[in-house]
Amino acid sequence: MTDIEPDETVDARGAACPGPLMDLIGKIRSAESGDVIRLLSDNDQSLTDVPEWSEEAGNELLAVEEFDDHNAFYVEKA
Amino acid sequence: MTERVVILGGGTGGTVLANDLADRLEPELDAGDVRVTLVNDDPDHVYKPVWLYVPFGQREPDDGRRSLDTLVDDAIDLRIDHVSDIDTESQQLESMEGSDVIEYDHLVVATGSTLEPDRIPGLAGGGHDYYSESGATDLRDELLSFTEGELVLSVIGTPHMCPAAPLEFVFMADDWLRERGLREDVDITYTYPIQRVHGNPHIAEWARPIMEERDIAVETFFNAESVDPDAETITSMEGTELDYDLLVTIPPHRGVDLIEEAGLGDDGWVDVDKHTLEAEAAQNVYALGDTADTGVPNAGSVAHYQASVVGQRLASEIRGRPATATYDGKTLCFIETGMDAASFVEFDYESPPSPAPPSEKLHWSKLAYNESYWLTARGLL
Repeated sequence: MTDIEPDETVDARGAACPGPLMDLIGKIRSAESGDVIRLLSDNDQSLTDVPEWSEEAGNELLAVEEFDDHNAFYVEKA
Repeated sequence: MTERVVILGGGTGGTVLANDLADRLEPELDAGDVRVTLVNDDPDHVYKPVWLYVPFGQREPDDGRRSLDTLVDDAIDLRIDHVSDIDTESQQLESMEGSDVIEYDHLVVATGSTLEPDRIPGLAGGGHDYYSESGATDLRDELLSFTEGELVLSVIGTPHMCPAAPLEFVFMADDWLRERGLREDVDITYTYPIQRVHGNPHIAEWARPIMEERDIAVETFFNAESVDPDAETITSMEGTELDYDLLVTIPPHRGVDLIEEAGLGDDGWVDVDKHTLEAEAAQNVYALGDTADTGVPNAGSVAHYQASVVGQRLASEIRGRPATATYDGKTLCFIETGMDAASFVEFDYESPPSPAPPSEKLHWSKLAYNESYWLTARGLL
C-alpha cells in the first residue's frame, strides 16, 4: 500500500486499450504541475503503456499498486 | 395506454433504429399501442464517411445529406427540435423552446460526437480537418493547391469518429500525390497519441510497415498541446515540435453536454452495459453508437448493429417478454490504403481484427457500400 495522496483519480476500469492511457493523458492535460493523478485500470496493457508514456512525457510514475482485479498507477505531472 | 419510445438523435444509430422499430412493431404502431418519436435538431440526416473524399475533390458534402423525412418510415413521428434537458427521474425531455415536454417510457440516446478544437490553443486557427462539412471543404481548398512542403496529420484525441480514417487519409494523400508526380516534394508525417499508430494493436501492426514502405514518417506518443498558426508549428505534451505547411488534425471529440448534465456519463458519453446497451445511471434508457461508452470504435457499422440489438430489446420489453438480444462488439470497417485499393476488418469483443490484403475489389466494395448506405439508413440493408 502507498500513502501517496492523489489530487485526482481516473477510474478507467472496464475500458479497453488504449482507453486507460488516454484517460490518464486527458487528466494530466488539465492538471497543474506537481499534481498527482491516480489511474485505476484493469487492463494489463496499462502495465507497459503507462510507464512508457510517463517516461516519454517526462512525468514521474511514483508507484504502482497491484490489487486482485486492477492496478493503481500514481503519476506526478512534471 | 400508448407506450412511448423516444429516440434522441437522427444519425446512423437513431435513424436505423427508428426504421427497425417501424418494421418490428408494425402491429402495435398500427393499433396505436406504441408511439415512436425520433427527435433531431437538423432536418437532414448526415452520412459522415463522405467527408474523407471531399478534400481530394472526389465527393461533395451534399452527397452525404438527405432529408430525414425521406428516410424515416411514415409510422415514426419525426420531430425537428433541439432538446435542452433530459430528466431521467420524471422521464421527459425539454426542448429549447420550452413550450412543451416530450415524455417517454423508453428513451434511446443517440446524439453522437461533436468536435472541440478549442481545447487545443491555436488549433482552430492553424489546423484543418475532414470531420465536419466545413472542415472538409476548407481542407479541399488547401489540399488541391498544395504542391510542396510538410503535410502533418495529427490525431489529437481518442475516442474519435472512424478510427481508421486518419490512416486512410495519409495512405490516400501519399497515393494521390504520387499519381500527380508531387510526392517527392511533399513530406507526410503522421502522429498518434500512444506508442503505436492505431489504438487497436492488430491494425497498428498491419499499418506500420505500410507507412514505412510508403515513406510516411511517424511520431508516436504525440499528444498535441498547442498549435502556433503564425510559426506553423504543432507542439506535443511530450515536448516534440513539428513544422508544418499544411496541418490536418483529428480534433478532440466529446458527446453533447446534455448527457453529463443528466448524470448519464462523463464527456457526453453514456455509461452503459456494453452487452445490453442499457444506461447504468438511469432506468428505461439505452444509448447506442458513438454515444454509448462501450470501448468499441465510434463507427457507423457499430451504430447499425447496436440499433438492431436495441430494437429487439425494446420490442421484447414492450411485449412483456424478457429482453435477450445483446451486442457482441461487432464492428466492420473498410480501410482505404490508396486511391484505388482498400483493406477490410471485422472484429468483436472476443475476436481481434485481421486486416485483409489491400485490393481494388475492396476499394470498390467500400465505394459501393457508401452509395448503398441510404438503404441501411432506411432499415433495408
